[in-house]
Amino acid sequence: MGMRALVTGLSTYWGGRLAQALERRADVDVVVGVDTRDPRTALERTEFVRTDSSHSILSRIVQATQVDTIVHTHLVVDSTRATSRTLHEINVIGTMNLLAAAGAPGSPVRKVVLKSSGLVYGANKTDPYTFREDMTRTGPAHTPVERSLLEVEAFVRDFADDNPHVDVSLLRFANVLGVDIDTPFTAALRRPLVPEIFGFDPRVQFIHEDDVVSALMYAINNDIPGVYNVGADGVLPWSEVCAIVGKRRLALPFAFTNLAAEPARLLRLWDLPPEAMQLLRFGRCIDNTRYKRTGFRYEYTTASTVEAFAQSLRLAGTVGDSRPSYRYEREVEDFFRHSPAVIRPTDA
Amino acid sequence: MADGNERAAERALELAAGAQPDLDLTGIESAVDTGTGRELVPLDRSIPDAESAPGVRRSDVDRWGRSEHFRALTRRAFDPIYKHWFRVEWEGFEQLPEHGGALLVANHAGAIPPDAPSIMHGIEKDLGRPVYGLAENLFRTMPVLGTLWSRSGGVAAHPDNAYRLLHDEDQLVLVFPEGTKGTGKVYADRYRLRRFGRGGFVEIAMRAGAPVIPIAVMGAEETMPILFKSARLAKLTNLPYFPITANMLALGPAGVVAYLPAKFRIRVLPPVSFDVPPNQERYSRSRVMEESEHIRRMVQDALYDMLRKRRSVWFG
Repeated sequence: MGMRALVTGLSTYWGGRLAQALERRADVDVVVGVDTRDPRTALERTEFVRTDSSHSILSRIVQATQVDTIVHTHLVVDSTRATSRTLHEINVIGTMNLLAAAGAPGSPVRKVVLKSSGLVYGANKTDPYTFREDMTRTGPAHTPVERSLLEVEAFVRDFADDNPHVDVSLLRFANVLGVDIDTPFTAALRRPLVPEIFGFDPRVQFIHEDDVVSALMYAINNDIPGVYNVGADGVLPWSEVCAIVGKRRLALPFAFTNLAAEPARLLRLWDLPPEAMQLLRFGRCIDNTRYKRTGFRYEYTTASTVEAFAQSLRLAGTVGDSRPSYRYEREVEDFFRHSPAVIRPTDA
Repeated sequence: MADGNERAAERALELAAGAQPDLDLTGIESAVDTGTGRELVPLDRSIPDAESAPGVRRSDVDRWGRSEHFRALTRRAFDPIYKHWFRVEWEGFEQLPEHGGALLVANHAGAIPPDAPSIMHGIEKDLGRPVYGLAENLFRTMPVLGTLWSRSGGVAAHPDNAYRLLHDEDQLVLVFPEGTKGTGKVYADRYRLRRFGRGGFVEIAMRAGAPVIPIAVMGAEETMPILFKSARLAKLTNLPYFPITANMLALGPAGVVAYLPAKFRIRVLPPVSFDVPPNQERYSRSRVMEESEHIRRMVQDALYDMLRKRRSVWFG
C-alpha cells in the first residue's frame, strides 16, 4: 500500500511544490491539500479542500481520507504577509488543530513533517556564531512571528513525546533565496538599492528554494524523527551577498533603524520586519551537520544560492518574469480527476 | 594539516609586503584546491562552490568574519608600531605549535589593550598561522569598529565558538580570562592578575582536547595606564569602564588612542595539557578551577620574573 499524504498550505509556494513532488512519486496513492485560498500551482491529482486558516476541520479530513503522512508547510515565517493576529491563528491555532487531528485516538497518521524556521533562534549580540539544534535563543523573542514559532515548536515537542509511534521531523530552515519565492530578503535584493545597517556587515546564510523542497521530501521519504537545521553550507557577509547580486547598498542609521526604515516601507521600497533588521545587525548561521548526517545532500551552498539567485534576476531583467501563471478552476480540476470520461493511465 | 594555512598566510604576507596591492583571490582558490590541508579560509570542500561555481566569492571573509586580506592590511599598518614603538620581543616563541589547535591564555592590560594585537601580529607574522582573538560581545554591538574587529580575527567569546575553532578547525585561539577586569584595573594594581573568570577557558580546552599555552605579556600595563575610573560615565556610555588615563592628561585628546612607548616582552610558557577525555558533557568543577588557578599562577610567576629583570619600563 502506498503513502497517503496530506499537505497543508497547498496554495503557498511550498505547499504547491511539495504536492507536485509527491504527485510524481508512484508509491504515493493519495495527495490531499488544504488551504484557505485556491491553489496557485498546476496539480495533476492532488485533491484540494478549502479550510479556514486554523484548520479546524482537519480531524474530519484525516479521519475520512486516512492519510498516514502530514506535511505542515503552512507556517507563516514572513511577518510582512500577515497581521500578528492572523499569524497567531495560522501558526499556533492551526498547528494545534493539526496535531490534535494527527494524535486523535485511532488516527492513521504515522509521520508528521513540519517546516519551521531559523527564526526560532533569533539574532542577538550574545548568540554563538553557529546554532546547533540543541541550543536555544539567547534573547527573548520580541516579534510575533518568533513567538508563534516557539509556541508551535513547544506543541510539536509535546506531540512527539505523547505519540512515540509517530515520526515527527521538524526542520528549521535558514532564509530562503530563490527567484520564485517572495521573502523580505528576496524582495529587498530585487531593488536597485539594498538596505544595510551602517557599520554592520553580518554573516548571513541562505538556502536555495530547491533544497528546501528536497529537504522536506527527504524527511517524508526517510524515517528521521527529530529536530534538524536546514541551511546551506557557508556564511557570507551581507555586503558580499549584495556584491554577488550586483546591487548597491543604502545604509540605514544604526540607531532607530526601524524608524528610519519606515519611509522605505511606506514607499514600498523594502519591507523588512524587525526580525530581518535583527539579522542585518547580528546575522545568524545554523549548523546543518545533523541533517547531513542522516544522508541528506545539499545541491547549493550559500554562495551558489546567491549566485543562482543573481543569475535568475539577470535573466528576468532581460526576458521578464517567466513564472507560469495558473488559475484554479474547480470544475476543470474536478473533471480531470473524477469524470468517468477521462481515461487515467494509473487506473489501468 | 596546516599546509594550506601556511601557504595562504605566506601569500597574504607577500601581499602585506606590498607585492600586490589589490585584492587577489587566486591565493584563496589555490588554498582551497590543496585539498589536504585545512584552508586559511575554511570553505567546505564538499561543496560544489570551488568547482561548479568558480569565482562566486567576492571576498575572503571566512565563517568567523575574518578576512586574511584585511588582516594583511592591518598587519602592514601595525608593523611599524610593533617593531619601533613597542619593540616587541618574544621569549619561548618555539613553544607555539605549528599544527593543531591551541588555546593561548594571556594577561590583559592597558585601557585600550595593545596586548591582543601584538600577540596576534607576532604569531601571524612569524609562525604564519592565523590567530582568532576572543573578546566581549560588546564589539558585536559597535558599528564600524565591530566589523573591523571581526574582519581582523576577533570572535565573540562564546564557549561554542571557541570549541569549534579549537576542535573542528584546529586553530590558534587567543583568550584573556581576566577580561575587562584586567584592562580596567588602575595603574597601582599593575601586573597583579585578576581572577581568571570562572575557569571557562580550561573547560573549553578540555572539551576540545587542545592544550593551553600560557603567555605572559610585560609592557602593556605602561602603554595606557589608568589613573581614575568614572563609574557614572561608564554607566552613561554603556562601556565596561570609563578610564581617565595618563595618556589623556599628557597628550590631551590624542591620548585617548595614543600609546606610551613602553617596551614589550612576551614570554610563551610551556603548554599545559589536561589528562582528560575530550567532548565530555561536563568536567569536574574543582579540577577546572584548580587548573585555571595553576595557569594563572604560571603567568603571574613569569611576570614577576620578567619584572625582576626589567631595568627600564621604556627600554626593557
